[in-house]
Amino acid sequence: MDLVLQLLFTGIGIGAVYALVALGFVLIFRATNVVNFAQGEFSMVAAYLMVVCVELGLPYWLSFVIALAGMALLGVIFNLGVYYPLRHRTYLPVIIATIGASILLSNSVLAIYGPQPQVLQGWFDTPGIQLGPVYLDSQYLLIIGVTIFLVLFNFWFFEKTLLGKKLQATSQDKEMASLLGISVSTMIMITFIYSAVLGGLAGILVAPVLFVSIQMGSTIALKAFAATIIGGFGDVAGAIVGGLALGVIETFGAAYISVPYKDGFAFLVLIAFLVFRPQGIFGERVAEKA
Amino acid sequence: MSASDNMIPAPAVRSKPLIIRHLPYFLGAAVLVALAASMQFDGYILNILLQATTFSIAVFGLSVVLGLCGQINLAQAAFFGFGAYAVGLGTADLHLNFWLCLVGACAITLVAGAFLGMSTLRLGGHYLAMVTISFQQIVTLVMINAVGVTHGPDGVANIRRPELFQSSQSYLAFCVAMLAIVGYLVWHLPDTKLGRAMRAVRDNELAAGVNGIDVFRTKVSAFAVCAVLGGLAGGLFAGGFAYVSPDQFSFAESIQFLTMSLLGGVASPVGSVIGTGLLILIPEWLRFLKSVPGLYLAIYGLSVILIIRFMPDGIWGFVSDAFTRWRAHTKAPPVAGALHLKPATTGGDIVLEVTGLSKHFGGLKAVDGVDIAVKRGGVHALIGPNGSGKTTTLNVLSGLYKATSGKIVLDGTDITNMAPHQRTAAGLGRTFQNIRLFRSMTALENVEIGAERPGNTMIGKGDDALTERAMEALTFVGLGSRANELISSFSYGHQRLIEIARALASNPTLLLLDEPAAGLNSTEKLELHELLKRIAVQGLTILIIDHDMTLVSEAAQHITVLNFGRRIADGESMAVLRHPDVVSAYLGSE
Repeated sequence: MDLVLQLLFTGIGIGAVYALVALGFVLIFRATNVVNFAQGEFSMVAAYLMVVCVELGLPYWLSFVIALAGMALLGVIFNLGVYYPLRHRTYLPVIIATIGASILLSNSVLAIYGPQPQVLQGWFDTPGIQLGPVYLDSQYLLIIGVTIFLVLFNFWFFEKTLLGKKLQATSQDKEMASLLGISVSTMIMITFIYSAVLGGLAGILVAPVLFVSIQMGSTIALKAFAATIIGGFGDVAGAIVGGLALGVIETFGAAYISVPYKDGFAFLVLIAFLVFRPQGIFGERVAEKA
Repeated sequence: MSASDNMIPAPAVRSKPLIIRHLPYFLGAAVLVALAASMQFDGYILNILLQATTFSIAVFGLSVVLGLCGQINLAQAAFFGFGAYAVGLGTADLHLNFWLCLVGACAITLVAGAFLGMSTLRLGGHYLAMVTISFQQIVTLVMINAVGVTHGPDGVANIRRPELFQSSQSYLAFCVAMLAIVGYLVWHLPDTKLGRAMRAVRDNELAAGVNGIDVFRTKVSAFAVCAVLGGLAGGLFAGGFAYVSPDQFSFAESIQFLTMSLLGGVASPVGSVIGTGLLILIPEWLRFLKSVPGLYLAIYGLSVILIIRFMPDGIWGFVSDAFTRWRAHTKAPPVAGALHLKPATTGGDIVLEVTGLSKHFGGLKAVDGVDIAVKRGGVHALIGPNGSGKTTTLNVLSGLYKATSGKIVLDGTDITNMAPHQRTAAGLGRTFQNIRLFRSMTALENVEIGAERPGNTMIGKGDDALTERAMEALTFVGLGSRANELISSFSYGHQRLIEIARALASNPTLLLLDEPAAGLNSTEKLELHELLKRIAVQGLTILIIDHDMTLVSEAAQHITVLNFGRRIADGESMAVLRHPDVVSAYLGSE
């Protein structure tokens, strides 16, 4: 039972990371109808930026700010270089372009930094606290805390602020939004920035738990994507629940079934969902109108 | 027009047998095979040629699934690996015959591809991208970790070749021959029934469905063909290099296949060969790039973005586009005879009987308990103010929406629960309010897809009969002379006529016209009216939705009026239009 609780804690911690990246996925998907296959690379690049800054001797908080600012910039470049020129084409070319961007980003980092995985210190000096039978790792606590905060922030931002409403309007009907004086391209730009920062945040938070490596981006992205489908594609709550669920499933699978195939569980669950409940936990399938 | 009328032999659209027309291709292929067998290459060149040949076959697969059918596959390296391991483990560990293993490789990938396709292809393309990546990752994990079967990271060595092709030179010649055969099949595929279906699905899934194409099966077929070609190529590759290991079949390799396909031109096997050749040769020239890990793949990634941005049709697409444009204007379409419609008459006096039809979206009752009876051989109009449920009714009739309750009987057949393509096979034809043509095809090809409807009794066997029927339908709507032009060169009104021709070519029992006059100018409306008369003369039953009261009152003998999802009037045209409820629905009441 103690082990179960411990695994549950770890699973939720890692699931929170998937949830954050999944949230970034969903926001871009809702705004542009495009699945960004380079979403995970945002996490990877941010983690490397963090490593570089810390190695330069900058304080942790400053490194954090610089890394996130770097992600905002990457969001801008990504939008202008990858999405914007293809915005009037069908989803297929855009998907392929984002896959190209993913390969470009991860291998550029590889070419610059080499294949050796890096280690990033956690935010706190205390490694964790013992709470009854469960040991609460401080970094996992931080991840869970930040995720809760961001979910609340996200809700407040989209439901209570004018900018959030404009973003929603853009994702629901671009033409109408532009007729109402909303600059659609600005809104999409903001979405990419926000989404890149979210992904970067997830990468920085998870870096002390995993190693910082070239592959971390694609691994996280694939699982985050799986999380969005499990939760219900395009659904914000679904992305979060799906991410948490996936983290838990994976942790238990690794503990009780097989460690080498740990990364395979997410995909098996995903395929099972696609076959038996493609609309996910929350989603509803909508047919195309004739 | 009586049922005993025979088809009048039209001026022939005869073409020479395929085998003669394509003779130059086979001669060229034979020369290449002979060259591969006889020229003396050193080992290095031989390996490059062998790699290029086998990779090209795998990339052919992508040109089918991505180029022809518009579906993505990011796991081609996994299928390639399946084939390679089937031949590798089969010949090295199990000591089986090479040919048996090669057939096994194809069979395994066929099953895997079909299964993967069936699990995902009902959903949108994003899912497919995701699932194929997942599949790729699982396959790589298994290859590395299932050491007992796959030898893990060590890979499989001592893979054997067939007795007949023991020397590398002869094996290369064999692979070139396979490339030529598969290339021929893939090149010819777009002009077959399956190939046309794939293109139709790529261009417009909804329109493909209502023109009698089983969209899901077509997509699964394309995906399975792609997987089999991957497996075949992998099997050949394993025999050629005698050693395979998991890193040769990773996600990065899938991306490499994709890049090869995109660079050369995704729509044609010629493009596949160009792209593969370039992407195997260029890295050999730029070997120094490989000294920095990652740099090489980073350039791949960048080139994917640039190709998509600046050369969406690839190198070959660019070349052949220019050629097609030039040819479209020079090749005159064949002359066609008159179009004959012979609607089936198996049921009774009523062609379409709708009873208690409802369609609810959540709490909204878009259509609520509607009855419609369409008499054989007449024009029946369905009218109503905006939002009255007309188009929803039509979409439920053609199967794009599933009815919440009620029953639809077409010519004696209950079609209530059929998929769109099955309804089309049962005799339903339709056009769309917002035109849905296959935009990358010519007018003729669009209409051919209509003519190909399963159960169309008005066409004979073979491609010539199909072309003939399509030409008749195009000529009937007055566009015969422009048959070989692409859809984009037609005006809005003409596109509408092509849609009608596409439906007519299928010789439907009932034709559904969804606001055919919308967006037409007054001359075009007159022409449309004339066209409807000429169709009705041949005994085809029409159910028409339109706002244009002049058109409706002149063309239709019978009118059903909907308002707020309910039927408020039904009967002979003039009487219905004077009905007080109808007048108040349209003009409002005090």
